[in-house]
Amino acid sequence: MEDKISIILFSGTVDKLLAVATIASGAAAMQKKVQIFVTFYGLLAFRKDAWKTNRRLSKEFEDFATEALKAMEEKKVPSWLDTLKAAMEIGDVQVHACGLTMDLLAIKLEDLEPVVSDVVGVGTFVENASGGQILFI
Amino acid sequence: MEGIKITKEVDARGSFCPGPLMEMIRLIRSAQVGDVVAVISADEGTKKDLPAWIKKAKHELIAEEPVEGGATRFICRKLH
Repeated sequence: MEDKISIILFSGTVDKLLAVATIASGAAAMQKKVQIFVTFYGLLAFRKDAWKTNRRLSKEFEDFATEALKAMEEKKVPSWLDTLKAAMEIGDVQVHACGLTMDLLAIKLEDLEPVVSDVVGVGTFVENASGGQILFI
Repeated sequence: MEGIKITKEVDARGSFCPGPLMEMIRLIRSAQVGDVVAVISADEGTKKDLPAWIKKAKHELIAEEPVEGGATRFICRKLH
């Protein structure tokens, strides 16, 4: 298995975004090549400045949302976007936007956070992922 | 540690996984070969992650010193 990890980020909730950014950090630190394919709600979360107001958390733990967000704020956990940027600084981490979602929702690359490098189709993603591990989050 | 001069140290207490590890990577990157740097962390995951990274990145873990309050000082020499 090649030393690379490919993450399909479908969710746009803060908990899962933070999980993806953290996994990407660990993988980048351990010198794995990381590509993150952001699609649907995941892509919406990458719209410029959306991270500032996004307080959505996973539905299945809705009752825990206030407590979780409060704990993260009190303990000054860096935002998922800052965590991701740190991962990009220390290793090979690429973020690709899903072409289909972009077309469907009329989103342009310049509408997204600059950490997103380009727009690709699922075929390109799968091709780039081949031989490595794939995570769907 | 006697006889070992720490060039730069970051106190990463209050920072969570992977924060302390990121601090160590930044320190090593900005250091000169042969320099000794240290990160203090109280994060549980970091206790395993930091030595694993140092091994993977082929640097030298000189010591893991207990620090008051349950934290650990990870002392690492940049080898390349």
